[in-house]
Amino acid sequence: MTFSASDLLTLTREGLYCPLGGFHVDPTWPVPRALITHGHADHARAGHGHVLATGQTLRIMAVRYGEDFCRSRQEATLGEAIRIGDVTVRFAPAGHVLGSAQIAIEARGVRVVVSGDYKRAPDPTCLPFEVVPCDVFITEATFGLPVFRMPDTGDEVQKLLDSVALFPERAHIVGAYALGKAQRVMALLRKAGYDRPIYLHGAMEKLTELYKREGVPLGETPKVIPTERAKLHGAIVLCPPSAIQDVWSRKFPDPVASFASGWMRVRARARQKGAELPLCISDHSDWPDLCRTIRDTGAGEVWVTHGQEDALVHWCGTQGIKAKPLHLLGYGDDGEAEPAAEEAAA
Amino acid sequence: MNDFAHLLDRLAYEPRRNAKLRLLQDYFAKAPDPERGYALAAMTGNLTFREAKPAMIRGLVEARVDPVLFALSHNYVGDLAETTALIWPAPTNGDAGGQGGSPLLKGEGQGEVGAASGGVTHLTPALSFQERETVASPGTEEPASKRPPPSLGHNNPPPHIPTLADVVETLATIRKADLPGHIAGWLDALDETGRWALLKLITGSLRVGVSARLAKTAVGALGGHEADAVEEVWHGMVPPYRDLFAWVEGRGERPTTRNPAPFRPPMLSHPIDEAGDFDKLDPAAFSGEWKWDGIRVQLSGGRDEAGTQVARVYSRTGEDITHAFPDLAEAITFDGTLDGELLILRDARVQSFNVLQQRLNRKAVTGKLLEEFPAHVRAYDLLTAEGEDLRALPFDARRARLETFVGALDHARIDLSPVVPFTTWDDLAEARADPAAVGAGEDADAIEGVMLKRRDSPYLPGRPKGPWWKWKREPHLVDAVMMYAQRGHGKRSSFYSDYTFGVWREREDGSPELVPVGKAYHGFTDAELQKLDRYVRNHTTKRFGPVREVAYGPDEGLVLEIAFEGVQRSTRHKSGVALRFPRVHRIRWDKPAAEADGIAALETILARGEREIAPGATLGDPA
Repeated sequence: MTFSASDLLTLTREGLYCPLGGFHVDPTWPVPRALITHGHADHARAGHGHVLATGQTLRIMAVRYGEDFCRSRQEATLGEAIRIGDVTVRFAPAGHVLGSAQIAIEARGVRVVVSGDYKRAPDPTCLPFEVVPCDVFITEATFGLPVFRMPDTGDEVQKLLDSVALFPERAHIVGAYALGKAQRVMALLRKAGYDRPIYLHGAMEKLTELYKREGVPLGETPKVIPTERAKLHGAIVLCPPSAIQDVWSRKFPDPVASFASGWMRVRARARQKGAELPLCISDHSDWPDLCRTIRDTGAGEVWVTHGQEDALVHWCGTQGIKAKPLHLLGYGDDGEAEPAAEEAAA
Repeated sequence: MNDFAHLLDRLAYEPRRNAKLRLLQDYFAKAPDPERGYALAAMTGNLTFREAKPAMIRGLVEARVDPVLFALSHNYVGDLAETTALIWPAPTNGDAGGQGGSPLLKGEGQGEVGAASGGVTHLTPALSFQERETVASPGTEEPASKRPPPSLGHNNPPPHIPTLADVVETLATIRKADLPGHIAGWLDALDETGRWALLKLITGSLRVGVSARLAKTAVGALGGHEADAVEEVWHGMVPPYRDLFAWVEGRGERPTTRNPAPFRPPMLSHPIDEAGDFDKLDPAAFSGEWKWDGIRVQLSGGRDEAGTQVARVYSRTGEDITHAFPDLAEAITFDGTLDGELLILRDARVQSFNVLQQRLNRKAVTGKLLEEFPAHVRAYDLLTAEGEDLRALPFDARRARLETFVGALDHARIDLSPVVPFTTWDDLAEARADPAAVGAGEDADAIEGVMLKRRDSPYLPGRPKGPWWKWKREPHLVDAVMMYAQRGHGKRSSFYSDYTFGVWREREDGSPELVPVGKAYHGFTDAELQKLDRYVRNHTTKRFGPVREVAYGPDEGLVLEIAFEGVQRSTRHKSGVALRFPRVHRIRWDKPAAEADGIAALETILARGEREIAPGATLGDPA
């Protein structure tokens, strides 16, 4: 029997497991030893024994869960080979959010890359995705349908600025995930020349401060003072998506409900959210980039973790690339969504 | 087309009526003729042209995109026009142009694309049309979203962006064979929003949350006119409504076209809240009627300038359905407007809604259909008579006029909906519970409750709160087990929102099995939908495209308490029965699946309701 990728990585109840190294990747349950790709709550959970992740991801986890989120931790330097048991692992940037990484796992001449969540589109708040050639590429498929072709983020942010100019008396409440999306929207606004304060919901404050400490300039980002809400005419306010439906957002002057999410590409989804000003900004690869990335890695086999796996598996088939869905439960079933409770806690 | 598409897009996301109205007004004020006239026609359902069939649109896409990927996308998005708009490959000139291209093609054209060159490789874009052969080089890195300029020597000038008038006028005259080519050209020229609006329009499925009434309100507001004023001159006018716009803008005379059989916006009722409303209402102030389980219609008749009788049957929304009911049109020998319920009568007995539906679902109106499913109107209001508008009169006065009117008409196809007498609310509750006992006789099966109408109320278009109430009879309830779930459409696309449920039955060997008896897709809140969706995802046992089978059996499964209006025989369901208007009444997270109901509960109800006379049976024979 030759050694194959399915010997290197197996599926357990907790998620992907490497028997030779004795560790899980992004486990959805507490395990003795975990490698974490990035800080989103569905990938990075509290309560593991030992955690290996990039320094930024470890610091994000500490902000979200407290310093005692695991028993011991180890910082992975990007690009550096780390030996664990019989395997070598290496972290490479994934371009998803601050600190996000793909993890290349290699033993006996077989290399598997667990990409976590990733994107190829430019993002001023994190390092760009790096192609790691491999035998098996494990990919997400959050936007794994050809209807997902994301527009230029500059144009989307301009929509928001145009609306602010058109309705200077109304507050614009933008729902954005507290880790990553929110800071990206801030950075994009700054890039577009918006220099007024960007107001934040309390749930975004700590992570935004962390981004600033990590060297991402985001300008002035005051926290919304509840009693001052009614005075924020024409302001841009960022909050977790769930807060838009809250009483919290109704105290603003005639608020415009906006959402920054890749899901805004599909009308029905935008309407489900109650979006009046949908901004199509995604932290995941769109369809063309999923396909491009699979080919760039040169992988002969693709495993799809979560999302719209059927279409991507089919497409791989048409390309002569072996592919299978893993049907992993627990990863943002509906994609970018983090549980609202997590955000409120963050 | 772009301004119109932009308007539709804004309307699609705008929940507030007043804001929609402002958007419409703004559009009508700024858009030129005939563009705005066609837009008005599109929103009021008054455009007639050769509609593009969904199959043709699908064919156009599938020539450009892998059909499997298209099917999966369609299934996810839940809307053909939007899927096509989003997936339609940009007519690039061979440069990858970042986001412009997408690897969609099936089979060929997937050659070398420089996969070895690391993170900067772009794939060959979705090649479309004739370029397929001419493209040789892989893409180059370019800023996303910037369309590449037309490359030298490429015979592909930027396509002309069509106006709405271009589209409408072309479709009105185009030969069928030329249709696909034209549509493809338009799709190439338009952006995502434009493609979406175009496809909605040409497939006849333009529904963007704007009623004809709202559009007319916006037009009227251009010149300070009420919607009813627009309504009065509306029938008889044709797109692009230059005269109408000239009139509301004060540039022309009021259009004089007189429609001898116009539609009058109907008065609608509110459901009564048993717990709260009765205490506040005085029974003596109300008149009671049966609530018939049919279709609300309006019969309108009158003579045109030449003295010819004009007869129209309108649906509740003002749609002219005369062509489908020639038997009713014949009965409109009067000058006036009757409001009533469309029913099927056989042997003077009202048939169940099942029977009516068999007539409604037919495309061709044949002599056989007319004979087997004779249409009838049970009238309950009179809006105009002999040129007199009665709508301002109180209900009692209109009722008296109605009785005289229908009596004088003396036509077998039109009769009176009887008054249900009552003194106290308890009397009415009894009538509602058992209509047969209070005079409804054999027609009781076609009664779905009672109506309450304030004796002193005028006939007010729309749904005013207070004058009219509906009190539907209690639905049947059954505890069933969820067996399959399917993704929803529209607002619920991608949520598992349609549930097939089953009840217990004994196998031949005596062991219990679940057999499907229906499908429900409403009755729960958005929050409950999210929980149900999560339940489905976490309890999936098999997947069949958009459908998932969930775990069910004596020891596992989710019990749904289903409310429904009746039971009918079904050849489609293995159980042999199907429920009418089933909806989720309660989610029984607490109840074990083994304790759900058995098929016998439904068969009892079926036996009770199966007294209708079958078509073809000898009617009136003593049996």
